[in-house]
Amino acid sequence: MTARSVATPVVKTQRSRLRRVAPWVFWTLLAGLGSIIFVLPFIWMVSTAFKPRWEQLVMPPVWIPSRIEWTNFISPLQRQPVLRWYGNTLTLVVFNVFGALLSSSLVAFGFARLQFRGRNLLFIVLLATMMLPGQVTLIPTYYFFSRIHWTDSLRPLIVPAYFAAPFYVFLLRQFFMTISLEMDEAAELDGCSIFDIYWRVILPMSKAALGVVAISEFTWSWNDFFGPLIYVNTPIKFPIAAGLRLFQTRSDPQIGQTMAMTFLSILPLLVVFYSAQRYFIQGIVITGVKG
Amino acid sequence: MTTRAMAPRRSSRRRRREIAGWLFVSPWVVGFLIFTAGAMLFSLGLTLFDTDLLIETRFIGLRNFAKLSGDRLFLKSLAVTGTYVALAAPLQVAAALAIALMLNNKKMAAVGVWRTLYYMPSIVSGIAVSLLWMWVLNPDFGLLNYLLGVIGIQGPRWIYSEQWAIPSFVMIGVWAAGSNMLLYLAGLQGIPTPLYEAASIDGANWLQRFARITLPMLSPTIFFNLVMTLIGAFQVFTQSFVITAGGPNNATLTIVLFLYRKGFEQLHFGYASAVAWVLFVIIMAFTLVVFRSSGAWVFYEGELRK
Repeated sequence: MTARSVATPVVKTQRSRLRRVAPWVFWTLLAGLGSIIFVLPFIWMVSTAFKPRWEQLVMPPVWIPSRIEWTNFISPLQRQPVLRWYGNTLTLVVFNVFGALLSSSLVAFGFARLQFRGRNLLFIVLLATMMLPGQVTLIPTYYFFSRIHWTDSLRPLIVPAYFAAPFYVFLLRQFFMTISLEMDEAAELDGCSIFDIYWRVILPMSKAALGVVAISEFTWSWNDFFGPLIYVNTPIKFPIAAGLRLFQTRSDPQIGQTMAMTFLSILPLLVVFYSAQRYFIQGIVITGVKG
Repeated sequence: MTTRAMAPRRSSRRRRREIAGWLFVSPWVVGFLIFTAGAMLFSLGLTLFDTDLLIETRFIGLRNFAKLSGDRLFLKSLAVTGTYVALAAPLQVAAALAIALMLNNKKMAAVGVWRTLYYMPSIVSGIAVSLLWMWVLNPDFGLLNYLLGVIGIQGPRWIYSEQWAIPSFVMIGVWAAGSNMLLYLAGLQGIPTPLYEAASIDGANWLQRFARITLPMLSPTIFFNLVMTLIGAFQVFTQSFVITAGGPNNATLTIVLFLYRKGFEQLHFGYASAVAWVLFVIIMAFTLVVFRSSGAWVFYEGELRK
């Protein structure tokens, strides 16, 4: 009797512990197994980038190269102006991030904080253009830039960033709206101009949202392929995304080199992503799709 | 006395704000007038002209559209894009939702690591993904057919097969659908837990909780993702341009690839503009249908209070 009454709780705790641990193990395993699908191509890419040629196209694939083959990196770097491409992409990214931050925060401040006639209508138009497929304006835009002789340069890829992209305006406006109006009023009483309120009150309080815009624009500019494809013709002027195309091979499979260059081209992106992860997630929380 | 003195100052303050408002939004307004409204008008005008480097530009009315309706390759591109959208859009929306539901689970180790890994492909878009998958999908030496071989399946010829080329692109699209997943995660975290607690007390099982709470509360997010995914899927380009060059036998000739060839390889700006407008109308029509249907299945919390 006594033995029994003691034994039952022990069995019970063991069982309930199992019941608590089992789902935890199950979900962790499931998530881990699933993640393989998303990660394995990357692992294959990195491993192939360092493989000697005789280990590249074999079945089953070699995962750990028998020796590190640096020529996969060196040979394309000698053949193509890869460092110039990096420089071009860097130029693009710096100018575009600056332009996007400046222009979209100005416009968002106007929509969030200032009353003017036609504001609501304008904002609806802005939201509608978010859904506009770029192809409709593509040819006239191309025509325009070629008429002013800006093609075969990075300018057509930079200048549009200074005209406030609707998505960023929307995102920043949503964020500015959450800042209390009392801040503006207090600043105004202290003799701040409207521009001061924008520059000294709202912007410093919106670092998180501005970070989201910066990161999104960085990723977008870094990855843009179609823009350089139609505007830039001279290989030396390519950004890295466009230059990468020259390593696309179907017939002569130098895939070690192709993967080495692909890896190089996304490395900075991955680094930025890891160091700024919270901004990626925050951006989505701010926009709060429910709008 | 005071009110009288205040009145003019107030109105000048309002006028200042009015002018400042327009000044602040002017970067977007100017950009919109040039790069959106102006460009659209110009593009619409272009569709009425025959533009060719060899002959002079001439007005041909609606003949570009008439020619399009009989252009075998264009009709093929409509079918190809339609197939891609029909497969990719629902799969991307559903896969991202499934992953988000899994990763929203608190009974799990290292959830942050998993989220990062699932999201990673979506930041590396376009050309790098295409170059990578070109080799993952290689029928003889590719990773995918190797893995299929391990479990005893003889994989198809993927990007080299007319039948499997579009499904290959769909796979790539789903693989890179991580940004949708993040939106769902944010949506899921916005659902108040008391709702679930109340349902549990009332004896609802997990399926009932999912169908009666999670899905309705998440429907605005699903709606937003569906619209954005549809719009994106209709514009599929990079994969077919880089991986298959539209082949084999035009099996991956998408509308935007067709447009690119007409406009930027053959420089038929008028004809390519007509293609762009057809694409625009198709996208708008689908978006409108989704918007119209949303009343029936999208649930907004605010409506409860009315």
